Amino acid sequence: MADQEERVPVMQQVLDNPFLLLFLGITVPTVLYIVWGVMEVANIAVAR
Amino acid sequence: MATTYRICPRSGLQFDTDAEKLMRWNAVAGVLALLLGGIMALGVILTRWPAVHLLPADQFYLALTSHGINMLLFWIIFFEMAVLYFASSTLLHCRLATPKIAWAGFWLMAIGAIMTNVAIFQGESSVMFTSYVPMQAKPHFYLGLILFAVGALIGCFVFLGTLVVAKAEKTYEGSIPLVTFGALTAAIIAIFTIASGAVILIPTFLWSLGYIREIDTIMYRVVWWAMGHSSQQINVSAHVAIWYAGAAIVFGAKPMSEKVSRSAFLLYILFLQLASAHHLLSDPGVGSEWKVVNTSYFMYFAVLASMIHGMTIPGAIEQAQRAKGYNKGLFEWLRKAPWGNPAFSAVFLSLVGFGFLGGISGVMMGTEQLNLLIHNTIYVPGHFHATVVIGTTLAFMGLTYFLVPVLFKREVLFPGFAKLQPYLFGLSMYVVALVMMGAGTLGVSRRHWDMAFAGSGMAYEWPGAAYLMMGLTGIFGVIAIIGGAGWILQVVLSLLFGKKLDDGETRSTPIPLTLPPQTGGHAAHVATPGTMVLALVFLVSFILYYFVNWKYLSSLWGMA
Repeated sequence: MADQEERVPVMQQVLDNPFLLLFLGITVPTVLYIVWGVMEVANIAVAR
Repeated sequence: MATTYRICPRSGLQFDTDAEKLMRWNAVAGVLALLLGGIMALGVILTRWPAVHLLPADQFYLALTSHGINMLLFWIIFFEMAVLYFASSTLLHCRLATPKIAWAGFWLMAIGAIMTNVAIFQGESSVMFTSYVPMQAKPHFYLGLILFAVGALIGCFVFLGTLVVAKAEKTYEGSIPLVTFGALTAAIIAIFTIASGAVILIPTFLWSLGYIREIDTIMYRVVWWAMGHSSQQINVSAHVAIWYAGAAIVFGAKPMSEKVSRSAFLLYILFLQLASAHHLLSDPGVGSEWKVVNTSYFMYFAVLASMIHGMTIPGAIEQAQRAKGYNKGLFEWLRKAPWGNPAFSAVFLSLVGFGFLGGISGVMMGTEQLNLLIHNTIYVPGHFHATVVIGTTLAFMGLTYFLVPVLFKREVLFPGFAKLQPYLFGLSMYVVALVMMGAGTLGVSRRHWDMAFAGSGMAYEWPGAAYLMMGLTGIFGVIAIIGGAGWILQVVLSLLFGKKLDDGETRSTPIPLTLPPQTGGHAAHVATPGTMVLALVFLVSFILYYFVNWKYLSSLWGMA
């Protein structure tokens, strides 16, 4: 019972880990915005 | 040299003396940038006021460049560095990690800011805040921005290092305080912002030196906006953290729910930066999937987070006020709020203006179809003057009224003006943002030196309302500048001539922080009907404005 009370919920563990948050905060916009956006621009056919 | 700690007798806050000095220097550097940006604002606004049209074109673009960069980067990020050191070292009762490296970061930022301003005032770098290629500035314009960004990056890592120090030295138990968590959110977004800036500004600097033949214009816009817009998302996280701090300082308010507020900050960390895509909604080269996924599906999570903060902060204030006995009707808690205390009035005006003017217009602009209505019009500066000036600058001004006695140990001079200043600056900026958005809806372009296109073959007959609103932008812009200048003068005179206050006790060891456990860190349940009514008013305004714009779009874009 005491163990259960002391267990920190997973979500709180995530929120208490600044470096995991840093990783998420860099990776998500880098993939969704920059990498995806740059790939789209890079795939534009060059005019001849 | 051993670390020493000063205990402020007025607030009970504990300052690492190194961190305290860094906070003061960063805040002062920020105010200097605000002063320069404000003087330039006068040139911009008096030129865009059609009846005045003050500056010739070259000086207008120079002033606009300096205004944008000093306000959107230098003022805000210097002040944010002070907020980061305060939220880590002071709120966690610990020493600042690596103060010498933090000073190196500060001086890099200062040298960078001076270098970029020198380039601008030499007159050959009037490329505006966005510095879109193929417009080219002098190399030291880009180099200054890069140095400033590296310095700010160092500051962010010193902040993260201080969190590590606090944990290792056990100056707190459990989770970091909510205000520190908000600052952590700002630091994470800042690191993404600065990394994106490096990715685009370093090649652009090399291009200006002639080492790179060309920079792809669309590629530049995609990557630059990851910096340009995200830099303003640092502000959002920082000023929301200040709203929570303001509620705690003025009312002793506890968050309605720590879990909900922290989850809202997590949504910022994950999704807020994606709003950058709304600058590219009318661009060729990037597809609708990229635009819609970034600005609609995912950005709405960040909007949800803002609405959560916008509800939980007034809710926390309402709970604190009702606990003090202000229970009559829906709004006695609000009527009896300390409207003469600038630390409160500035935060409240900031919160309401950010939500109603900046938030609603931001969602409208972030919709791909509706964006066509206002893209590249003065609506866009109208929106970001609501978010950055009303939201961030006003919140920072409010915090400063608290910091002058606590951090600078001086009494605030002219307390009568201090009561008035948030209203003078804040409400005139409300009008400026509204009339800019009104003029933008009629199609008045942003950045343009002469909306009348006088003397050109392509002059356009604007409706009288467009000239009226640009005139009002000028009048209320000047009033806002007076309000801002008054604040600067008041702060500077208080620092120089305000009555010196007691330093307080200085210790060689910190007093550990005692935080309530996280599950008990929120206020006891008290119903908040007044906040619920305010939230419903917001929701109705949001829905009406959103659909009015669809109606407007349908009238411009006939299907038959």
